[in-house]
Order: sequence, then structure tokens, then C-alpha cells
Amino acid sequence: MISRRDFLQTSMAAAALYGGSGFGNWGRLAAQQSLTQSKLLEFDTFGNVSLIHVTDIHAQLKPIFFREPEVNIGVGANRGHVPHVTGADFRKLYGINDGSASAYALSYNDFSALAKGYGRVGGLDRVATVVNHIRSERPDALLLDGGDTWHGSYTCHHTAGQDMVNVMNTLRPDAMTFHWEFTLGSARVNEIVENLPFAALGQNIFDSEWDEPTEMFPPYKFFETGGVKVAVIGQAFPYMPIANPGWMFPEYSFGIRDENMQAMVDEVRAQGAELVVCLSHNGFDVDKQMAGIVTGIDVILSGHTHDALPEPVLVGKTVIVASGSNGKFVSRIDLDVRYGQMMGFRHKLIPIFSDVITPDPEVAKVIDLQRAPYETKLNEVIGQTADDQTLFRRGNFNGTWDDLICNALIEEREADIALSPGVRWGPSILPGQDITREDIWNVTSMSYGEAYRTEMTGEFLHVVLEDVADNLFNPDPYYQQGGDMVRVGGLGYRIDINKPQGRRITEMTLLKTGEKIDPARTYSVAGWASVNEGTEGPKIWDIVENHIRKQGTVSLDPNNSVEVIGA
Amino acid sequence: MDFTRRNILVLGSGVFAAASFAGVPALASKTDDAIAAFTGGVGVIEGGIDLTAPEIAENGNTVPVAVSAPGAVSIMLLATGNPTPAVATFNFGSLAGSRRGSTRIRLAKTQDVVAIAKMEDGTFRRAGATVKVTIGGCGG
Repeated sequence: MISRRDFLQTSMAAAALYGGSGFGNWGRLAAQQSLTQSKLLEFDTFGNVSLIHVTDIHAQLKPIFFREPEVNIGVGANRGHVPHVTGADFRKLYGINDGSASAYALSYNDFSALAKGYGRVGGLDRVATVVNHIRSERPDALLLDGGDTWHGSYTCHHTAGQDMVNVMNTLRPDAMTFHWEFTLGSARVNEIVENLPFAALGQNIFDSEWDEPTEMFPPYKFFETGGVKVAVIGQAFPYMPIANPGWMFPEYSFGIRDENMQAMVDEVRAQGAELVVCLSHNGFDVDKQMAGIVTGIDVILSGHTHDALPEPVLVGKTVIVASGSNGKFVSRIDLDVRYGQMMGFRHKLIPIFSDVITPDPEVAKVIDLQRAPYETKLNEVIGQTADDQTLFRRGNFNGTWDDLICNALIEEREADIALSPGVRWGPSILPGQDITREDIWNVTSMSYGEAYRTEMTGEFLHVVLEDVADNLFNPDPYYQQGGDMVRVGGLGYRIDINKPQGRRITEMTLLKTGEKIDPARTYSVAGWASVNEGTEGPKIWDIVENHIRKQGTVSLDPNNSVEVIGA
Repeated sequence: MDFTRRNILVLGSGVFAAASFAGVPALASKTDDAIAAFTGGVGVIEGGIDLTAPEIAENGNTVPVAVSAPGAVSIMLLATGNPTPAVATFNFGSLAGSRRGSTRIRLAKTQDVVAIAKMEDGTFRRAGATVKVTIGGCGG
């Protein structure tokens, strides 16, 4: 039973806003009272403009469990700064009590115990209730979707994103930007976008042949709301063809293109924009860096790295809002815009406690309609977790879901070593819970899910680990791609995150023999989600399903195979 | 504007084989030599020239790069980590309306791309950008 609440909105007047320093103690200010829908939604409507931000939903139509990361290491200037603060340090920073609803929503400790008390999170029918409530207070509030919406579930895969398009359309977004959507293939993305009843934005989505802006994805759109001229500029995920298979969308080129972002900001300001909002899929550290380089953005709605922050971060005069993932949170930002300037704002990260927020009946109906043809397949129970086994993914290194997937790859594909992508999506499973086919698809679904088996030399394995490590731990955020470290099975290593690329990874060990990896020797490696065209193999979800079926009850050995130095 | 040199190659992608992290010290001196030949040994000042290049190459075989330096008579572009660093030199006549050029270059590995501009007043300007060539893979 949920017995208290410590979610509180943050607000700042103009004077304090541009003072630049910290906010109030978010959690401690909260009254100790029962968690109710009206308390979750309580917001003292402020100023004349409201923004509603959802991002990285990853096709989670229904409520899920989602454990936040235990390990989220910041490097360079971001070391020790949010979002690279977790667990007890995070709760201390925001004044969140152990065991509270906020602790459950925002940190990882006691996750399975708290999950049993506070229940599932998310569900787009609940999100709809929150959006409708905000619109009841501010009818022309802008709903902005940061992308990674049309990817990540069984039904999304089988409908090529149509289930998400149908459900999101009922929420009536005003604009959207993109990442995993492009892995549907450019023909399908174009088909959906042509019929989308809202703006598909990306100032950094270019034609790859001519390196020119596209007509399909305009850089920005103007909205008139509360008597204010608002420009929303889209920023798609910059490293799409590198982190995902570029051959699936060869007509498009991306990149950060901050010089073009500046040009777009200047252009919309010249056209009379009084408020400039960037709807971004850069990832949090990239957004922070961009906010320091590009001048004139009032608000960045930040997505991609799945961080949920109860208070915005200020860089100069730019307010950066991070709204979590998997439908777990909705951010509301009210702004006071006068004389062509943002004078102040009020913000609240609203956690979607699915047992507390009443589902919107209309949207619930649409969700059920999408799922109906697949219900039998979705609900089939494949196995269970043991009484002390939680399955989760999020974190810089292997989560337990990853360990299970790597074990499945090694056993089903008879390999020495398994590699699994360090993606940040994928809900969690509690101890003693049934694992359904839907649960497996929630952590594996993608349009390039072939599980390959190949031979790699020890030297090449080292190159792969070094390459991915630099995408995560390069001290310059512009060189980070926003994924976590590649997950490994059958392989141990030491990583010194502060070393340059090529020197971070040492002590690579083949776990089954305890021997050091020999650079010259060849090892059999099974993995999935290769960005290379023509990758062959059975689908990863079938491999994991077979493995769980054989296990019956899933119980994993603790994974101590990665030693992290310099965190 | 004309290309005095061009070594743009458009090759098929060999994604998993492209990366190499070994430094090749000899290339640094090739770059230094090229700059010295261009400037005649005159000191080079940072700034006054814009170099636009991606932080991470989407395809190392064809990386779009643009340079712009108002007041330049000539801009030299170098890929410091390539076996042959010289990429192109753009020359501008006195009536040239804008002093900018763009091309696509092949980068063998992660490296700095450098542009040196010879200005009308005889000074030299420099800009550089690191372009990462990666094997790619796992984006959140």
C-alpha cells in the first residue's frame, strides 16, 4: 500500500532562475500524506505556456516494472554530476527518504521489495490521464514526444510501429523527434511520417547524398500558445547510422550539427519566436554541452539516455529537463514568457504509478485493440524467476537480463563468448514472477535481432570492447553515443575508464578456463544486434525463449567478471 | 576555386574491419611538412577560420568537411592520420564572393582534420577538428 508522497514540483522565479545555482530540496518539502492521483497531478499552474514531455517510451503500452541504474559513471566535466549520481547519493542530493515512493521511482535500492508495495509504473492509458489533466488546466499545452516511441515490444515489431502510432495519435502530440524509429527502415518511416497528424522534427536530419536538410523532417515548427510564439526545434539522435544499422536508412544523415542548431535558433528568433524549445534525442551530457555552445535555447527537453531527474539542470539560461523512459514519467513545465523572454518556470517530474493513476478508458480501449490479435502469444508463460532473482538491464555494465541473454547465447549457440548490446531499454522482472513471451520481447525486440555466431581473434575482441568503451567514456560528450557498455558472457575484463581509447581494457579472461585471452587465438563468439548488413542467425528472442524454457526457474550466479577502475 | 589535389575515394563499406588504433608517428611529420611548405615557415594563428566536420564519421570512406575563412586567398585541408595527409587546397581569386569550400574525404582511422588558411594580409590561420572513425554498434 502506498502510504506517502514526496513528489513535489519545483519552481523558480526569474531572479532565482538566472542565479544559476541549485534548487530547493525537492523531497524534504513534501508533506507526508497518502499517494493519490490528485496529489501526483497537483500543480499550481504558472505563467502562460505549458510543455508536456514524454520520451523513450520504447513501445511500452502497458504498465511495467523499471529499475533505475546502480552504475552510471560520469567522465570528464560530468563526473559526479547528475545524471551520474545513483542510489543513496541520488536520494541524498534530492532529499528523498529511503523506502519512499520517490526512492522506488528514481533509485535502485530495495527495488524488488519496493516494487511489490508501490506496483507497476507507466502505461500509456495512465499517461493519457495525466496529459488530459494538464490540458484541463491549460488547454493549449504542447505535448512533445522525444522519440524512441515506435520500437521495443512484440506488438510494435509485428505491426512495424503501427500500434504505437495508433495509440500516440489518441494522445494528440504536437511534435516528435526520432531515433529507433529509423530502424523500421526508411521506407516505413517515410510512410508513417507522411500521414502523421503532428510535426516530425529534426534540424540534424539531412539527406545523405547532398548533405542538405530534408522536406520530410523540417527543423522546427512554430506554435501559438497562451499568446506566445513558441518555436520547437527537433534534434534527432545524432549517431543513428553508427549506433544502429545505417543500411536500413541510407538516404539519411544525422550528426549533432550544433552550428546548424545555432542557425535555426537565430532563424526562429528573427521570425519572432518568444520561446525556443529544443525537443532533443541527444542524450543528457550531449545536451548539456550543446546548451553551452548554442545560445538562445530556453528549454531543452532531453531524451535518449533515459535519465529521470526530479529537477531541471540549468546551463547558462537554458533549462534542461530529463523525463526518464519506458512510459514511467511525464514532465510538466510551465513557463512565464513575457516581452519575448522567459521570466521563470515551474517543473514537475510526474511518476506514472499505475495503481494510483486511473487509466483513461478511451485510450485503454485503443491499447487493447492493438494487442487483441496477439494476446495468446504475448501472455504465454515461458518460465519464472527464482524467489531471489530480479531481472533488469539498466546500468553501465551487465544487468541480470543481460547475463541471462548471454548465457542463452553461449548455450544455445555453443560459443565461448557472448556479446549483447548495451541498450538502455527493457523493463524489469521481479523475483518469483512469471516470464511471458512479451517480457522477453520487451528486452530483445528490434528489426535486426539476428543472433550471429562468428570467430573473432582475441585482438579483435579487444578492439570491439575498446571501441564501445570510448563511446561511453570519452571525456568529450560529443563523442559519446549514449549506449551503455557492451554486455559480455564467458569473458571477464578490467576497465580503467580514465585511460584513452586502446588502453582502457586489460586482463581479458576466458571465464570457462580462467586463461587470459590470447590476441592471436580465435574464439567462437555469439552475439546479436549487429549493425552489419546480411547478418545471419536465429532471432535472439527465440534463443532466449528456448533457454528460459529449459531453465524453468531462472536463477543466475552473481556476475563479478568486470572490474571497474577509476569510477 | 580549383582542386590542386584530390584523393576522395568512395569504397564499399567494410564496417567491422575499418578501425585501427595504432598511431603512426611518421604521419605527424608529413602534416608538419605540408604546413611548412604552405606557410613558408610563417607562424600560424588559431581562429578566423571555420572548419565543419562530424564528431563521429557516419562512414569513414566519405566524410563531409567544409571550410570557410573570410579574407582567405587559399585554404589547405589536411587529414593528419591518413597515409597521405594532403586532401585539397582551395584557391580564391580577388573577386571570389565567399571564401569557402567543401568536399568529402576518406579517413583511414580516428584523426584530426586540419585546415590552414592563407589570408590576404599574408598571415596564416588554423582550425582543427577530431573526427572519430568507429566500428559502431550499441546505441541506447
